[in-house]
Amino acid sequence: MDVSQYLEIFIDETKEHLQNLSDQLMVLEQEPENMDVINEIFRAAHSLKGMAGTMGFKRMQRLTHDMENVFQEIRSENMKVESELIDVLFRALDALEAYLNEIMETANEGTEENEEIVNTLNAIAAKATGKEAPEQPAKKEEAAGTEASAASSDFQEEAKYYSISVSDFEKTTFEKAQNDNQNIFGITVYLQESCILKAARAFLVFKALEELGEVIKAVPSVQDIEDEKFEFDFSLLYLTKESLETIKNAIETVSEVKQAIVGNYNMSDASAESTAAASKTEAKAEEPEAKQPSANTPAPAAAQQAVKKPEAKPAQKSAQKNAAQKTAKPTVGRTVRVDIEKLDVLMNLVSELIIAKNGIVSISSADEESRSDSALNEQIEYLESVTTNLHESVMKVRMVPIESVVNRFPRMIRDLTKKLGKKMELHMSGEETELDRTVIDEIGDPLQHLLRNSADHGLESNEERIALGKDEIGHIYLDAYQDGNNVNIEVRDDGAGINVEKVRNKAIEKGTITPEQAEAMSDKEIIDLLFKPSFSTAEKITDVSGRGVGLDVVKTKIEGLGGNIECKTEMGEGSSFIIRLPLTLAIIQALMVELGSEKYAIPLGNIQTIEDIPFSEVKHVQTKEVINLRDTVIPLVRLDKILDVEPGEFKPESLTVVIVKKGDKQAGLVVDNLIGQQEIVIKSIGDYINCSKLIGGATILGDGEIALILEVNTLV
Amino acid sequence: MDDINDIQNVETVGEGKQYIVVHLGNEQYGIDIKYIDNIVRMSKITRIPMSQRYFKGVINLRGEIIPVMSLRLKFDLEPDEYTNATRIIIIKLESQSAIGIIVDEVKEVVTLDEGSIEKTNSSDANDIRTQYLSGVGKHVDGLITLLNIVSVINDKEKEII
Repeated sequence: MDVSQYLEIFIDETKEHLQNLSDQLMVLEQEPENMDVINEIFRAAHSLKGMAGTMGFKRMQRLTHDMENVFQEIRSENMKVESELIDVLFRALDALEAYLNEIMETANEGTEENEEIVNTLNAIAAKATGKEAPEQPAKKEEAAGTEASAASSDFQEEAKYYSISVSDFEKTTFEKAQNDNQNIFGITVYLQESCILKAARAFLVFKALEELGEVIKAVPSVQDIEDEKFEFDFSLLYLTKESLETIKNAIETVSEVKQAIVGNYNMSDASAESTAAASKTEAKAEEPEAKQPSANTPAPAAAQQAVKKPEAKPAQKSAQKNAAQKTAKPTVGRTVRVDIEKLDVLMNLVSELIIAKNGIVSISSADEESRSDSALNEQIEYLESVTTNLHESVMKVRMVPIESVVNRFPRMIRDLTKKLGKKMELHMSGEETELDRTVIDEIGDPLQHLLRNSADHGLESNEERIALGKDEIGHIYLDAYQDGNNVNIEVRDDGAGINVEKVRNKAIEKGTITPEQAEAMSDKEIIDLLFKPSFSTAEKITDVSGRGVGLDVVKTKIEGLGGNIECKTEMGEGSSFIIRLPLTLAIIQALMVELGSEKYAIPLGNIQTIEDIPFSEVKHVQTKEVINLRDTVIPLVRLDKILDVEPGEFKPESLTVVIVKKGDKQAGLVVDNLIGQQEIVIKSIGDYINCSKLIGGATILGDGEIALILEVNTLV
Repeated sequence: MDDINDIQNVETVGEGKQYIVVHLGNEQYGIDIKYIDNIVRMSKITRIPMSQRYFKGVINLRGEIIPVMSLRLKFDLEPDEYTNATRIIIIKLESQSAIGIIVDEVKEVVTLDEGSIEKTNSSDANDIRTQYLSGVGKHVDGLITLLNIVSVINDKEKEII
């Protein structure tokens, strides 16, 4: 069966289930008696097992099966949840994740058996039931053995379809079909006893049959079969134009079908002249056949492995072949799950776009006299509103809640607690904040790094904390929130904070700065040194937070995403790292302004208001120009000075000031002239030009001219 | 067989490298043709504030924004005077974004074989201008200074702004 088309769904759902399992396990660790959680875990493990089985990932299936067994025992209160068990379960989750990653890369689960985890799980389950841990491989063989012997047992009894009772209505259907030259077959399908997903297999049998004809009646009923309310066989009455052999083959291509008995069904004499003899010989012939799929299914990967091994050995060394193999396999594309409502909105907008286009077409094809500019303008305005909405909707489709990245962190902190021997707690907020998919994909590692940093270097040891009179348990906070056109993510801890003097000395020691420079630098500038390559304040290297290749990588990555990072610290109180990321990429609304003869764009998201300020209201505080606007003192930024613009000749009577904000800071940018609001496409100016980050990019205006985009964050 | 053919091919290519000869003041410089993406006329350059002195700004080349540097300023010559002959040579290095350099005039394409190229002595690396050179080519019209365009572009000159 080809399941590759479901691979993406499988991966998505498996991720969800794994995440769910991890979350629930965390809860379970805190509340070992919570029955709801145990049930939830059981269900998640069960679904995972089912999915893995359907996709033919046997190792995954086996592992989840054993997890499920353990929880079955817990559910029936044969055993208690212990921390040892939780550890094993977490390891099992890691193993499952490893399978998933392998599947994502190669569409194959790989060959890692995770024997140890399976055995431990089995041992735990066995201890509960007082039974011996079943030998897994032996079980497999046994299953194959029983099934082979079962295949040769009595067939007469097995053709259960004779016992199907037929209603009058169905009889007329049969009569009609017979007149139509269709064959009526009775079919009884036997599944292997080792089959775990009976319903799925039955479904596949039905699917195969429905392609070739029509299922009239099933015993047990289709509903019961779907609900897995049957033993290992089910019988059908079936109409088709195909031959008996075709049908038989179609059924037997479904894996884990032990045997299919197909015979002509004579409705006038339901219990009579079946082709018993024929079916017997057939069944005999089928025996080796039946064996083949059975040998294949329990361990397709194993079989594959056996085939591959001889050739795989030399290949292992040549990475080239490996790469070739990887490209050949259907690797998984990156997907975004989209709310159907968002798609509907998109669809609507596209139809509106077509209407707008038609409007313009009809105007342009109208007669010379009747053509009016106002009608055209109207259409253009309409078109504008549609494209704006379209842009917004497409952006929304690309937006993913940050939850998908941060939800693995509680688990990480739990592991760190054990590893570092420090008690700590992670508090998260704003997981629902949405970010562009590309940003989401990249932000995970930097955040993980910052959290590890906080856990390892930020928080003091429990003893120190007690000695300092702090809460014994260290707290790490991860807060995400939207701020204008930015999303801020804050990683905060209540640890020791950064020792600025230590950093200063270290910087001198490392030769990053000279002692004279160190004297002149402010604390903030010193802290910014942490983001320079190869700088770590931890006295010793741990494998938790790397080897000093750290914050600079974080910074590079975040700047690559168009964001920035800032660090605030208070000795003894803790430190916080604030990551500011752009909400959307590529297209923004901007205010176009003029400075001298040059044009600049200011992102609208940064702008609060635009004010006209008479010269007389400009005050001086510490030689800096400020204005007092509605009781807030706002510093003025003379853009023409900062940007070194040649002043225009025209001398205004008052200042045009664009009030911008960054976080809680405000500034007034003095411009010569306002041009208007415009939607602009952000283009990079490349990394050759070093423009001290005042310029966030450039855009091409309608007339082909270039306008630079001001980076408000560095101006404020 | 294939190998032999390959070698022959290499030889024919190796016989001479093609250079574009440009004028900068009184000197002629050669730029390896394999790095050159395009040669365009002077167009409106948008100034980038606070950038390195030798960067004149950016131009719009068919919807792409391309930074432009002045070779004259880079080599500490007199500032450019734009004339009808002034050209921007668009250089595209592998895996880097495109960059334009302004020259006074583009003259011709010459083919120089190994024999007519004299490698410069790189021991004099202190002189800013020698590290940008890869050699001197002898041609009928006189000497052509061959630019090591990669180092010209990638030189992260520590210039205090």
